Amino acid sequence: MRRGSRGLYRVLRANPLTLVGFALVVLLTLTAVALVIVPPISAAFGHPMSLTPYDPNALLPCPTVGNQSFCAQPPSLEHFFGTDRAGRDVFSRVLTALPLDLAIGFLIAGFALLTGGGLGLIAGFWDRPGTIGAAVSLTIMRITDVFLAFPSLVLALAIAASLGRGTIPSIIAILLTWWPYYVRLTRGEVLAVKHQPYVTAARAAGVAEWRILFRHVLRNIAEPLVVYFTMDVGTVLVVFSTISFIGIGVPPNVPEWGNMIQAYSDYLLIFPWVVAFPGLAIFVTVLAFSLLGDGLRDILDPRSRRALSQAETTTRAPAAAATAAGASG
Amino acid sequence: MGRSKGDLVIFVSKRLIQLVAVLFGVVTITFFFTHVAIPNPCYVWSGPRATQATIQQCIDKNDLDKPLFDQYVLYLGKLLSGDWSTSPRGVPVLPTILAAFPETLELVLAALFLMVAVGIPLGVIAANNSGRWSDHLVRTFYLSGWATPTYLGGVVLSIAIGPLVGLPHSGNFGSIPSFPEPFHMSVIDALVSLNFPAVVDAIAHLILPATALAFINLGIATRMTRGSMLEVLPMDYVKTARIKGLSDFWVLYKHALRNSLISTVTVLGITAGSLLSTSVVIEEIFQWPGVGRYAFESIVKYNFNGTIGVVIFFAVGVVVANLIADILYGLLDPRVDWR
Repeated sequence: MRRGSRGLYRVLRANPLTLVGFALVVLLTLTAVALVIVPPISAAFGHPMSLTPYDPNALLPCPTVGNQSFCAQPPSLEHFFGTDRAGRDVFSRVLTALPLDLAIGFLIAGFALLTGGGLGLIAGFWDRPGTIGAAVSLTIMRITDVFLAFPSLVLALAIAASLGRGTIPSIIAILLTWWPYYVRLTRGEVLAVKHQPYVTAARAAGVAEWRILFRHVLRNIAEPLVVYFTMDVGTVLVVFSTISFIGIGVPPNVPEWGNMIQAYSDYLLIFPWVVAFPGLAIFVTVLAFSLLGDGLRDILDPRSRRALSQAETTTRAPAAAATAAGASG
Repeated sequence: MGRSKGDLVIFVSKRLIQLVAVLFGVVTITFFFTHVAIPNPCYVWSGPRATQATIQQCIDKNDLDKPLFDQYVLYLGKLLSGDWSTSPRGVPVLPTILAAFPETLELVLAALFLMVAVGIPLGVIAANNSGRWSDHLVRTFYLSGWATPTYLGGVVLSIAIGPLVGLPHSGNFGSIPSFPEPFHMSVIDALVSLNFPAVVDAIAHLILPATALAFINLGIATRMTRGSMLEVLPMDYVKTARIKGLSDFWVLYKHALRNSLISTVTVLGITAGSLLSTSVVIEEIFQWPGVGRYAFESIVKYNFNGTIGVVIFFAVGVVVANLIADILYGLLDPRVDWR
């Protein structure tokens, strides 16, 4: 990277919101990892231990008054997020869902970054007219255009519904619809970079094409991809939870933020905590990734960095037009 | 630069040809996805107690015994002739979608209006105060919108906030006597029939779902405006306007914003396409009688023809929205070559 960690630290300190996002992302990721690895490791050492206070699916005894039992208990010191109508501990359920939701966000966005980014690199780099590369590029871009036209949520819903309901079908559905934007983004960046003097110079110096691609092009387009990927983790998570909210994703007994909200949305006014805490969890997680990504954009994009420091901009940067044209063309 | 009238015709027709190619791809992919995943939906449609005869009848009716490629050719032919097949109960798909579409269009346009009316001024404020607390506040606000899943916003608005502020929180117009609906867009229909209480009621019904739909994408308008304003504000002509002693409002909205609107308009056009997708969730929560709700019902009721129909219809919507954005961008930005 052109700018080292010192620069990152300086900008994080200058922008408190980005720092908050960064801290939250680290905290959430560490918590998710701990939730997954602590139980088996502690069991291996002979002291089984869980990080959730209760079993997320255990039906806890409900307090009774006379003949009536009141399962849905408001938040208390015993149950931080209260309990739901079946008597399950909401805090444990929200916590159990964290690794699943985060892993799906990283997994799908990561897969889209690799496939879409790879295709975009190919389509952007080898497009000299009249070569086989140009034909391949053209094919890639036409197929991408088709997939970009799909209403991704509707298609994901349709695929998930056709493959049968469940976690795996909804993951496949999002995977199939998620990569195209990365192709367009990467290709646009490659096109902007590949005629830069340093690339021409490298080629004139006899550097091999693949070496130019990885050492000179990829390194210089990595930043916008990283920014987009960061924000995308949150977006994927929202789409995944939307599919389970609609009821064709994760089965009802598996704790997942979207289906927890769906299960109790009708009771929002009666026991709001059952909806509020999963909602808060997804809000905070997505916000954390957005704050980080949005901040990274300002940090990594020399244009807005210049604007942020109120420096002189004498010519209107053509990059804005390129972005808009790239998004529409 | 080629920017004559003839060049514009070429510019538009080139994109129209691309549109046809893209739509052909969309239809092909949707067809094969659904038909490979579910080779014979008749078992689901006819229910567990169906006789062999009913299932055979269903197979015959939908040409399911033919080879896949023949089915595809048949389907393409039917699609072009306007016969988009029927739901398992025999309700034709295309007329249902067309009848519901104005309702969705009304919702999407209202959401776009909110995005423009709220998002652009916020972007101007943020850019004018970049790095200061109001910039951070605006950023937190629009990122909050982004971080709120549409369904969560919809549920909270329809169940908690709607009753609290006394706004109607579902698309059911129970209280108002009916009036002619030539356009199937409640606000316009009420206006046309000069039924002013109904206009107020229709707008009231529109506020919550449109807000829910706009909230997640508010950030796009704000961020684009902020970004392009940040580029425009340090330029000489803006400084000149300030030095001339023009008021802040005049400088910002008349001089600077005009030039930064080009990219915002373009992005809004593209967003309109994605709002269609989001409408599936919003229309279901608010019981809005549009295409989104039809999509939802088709998906949960295994109405595959309906689902395919909506996917294709929305794909047309996305492509047309992109086309409009593309053309607008070409018209607004004098640097774009039309050839």
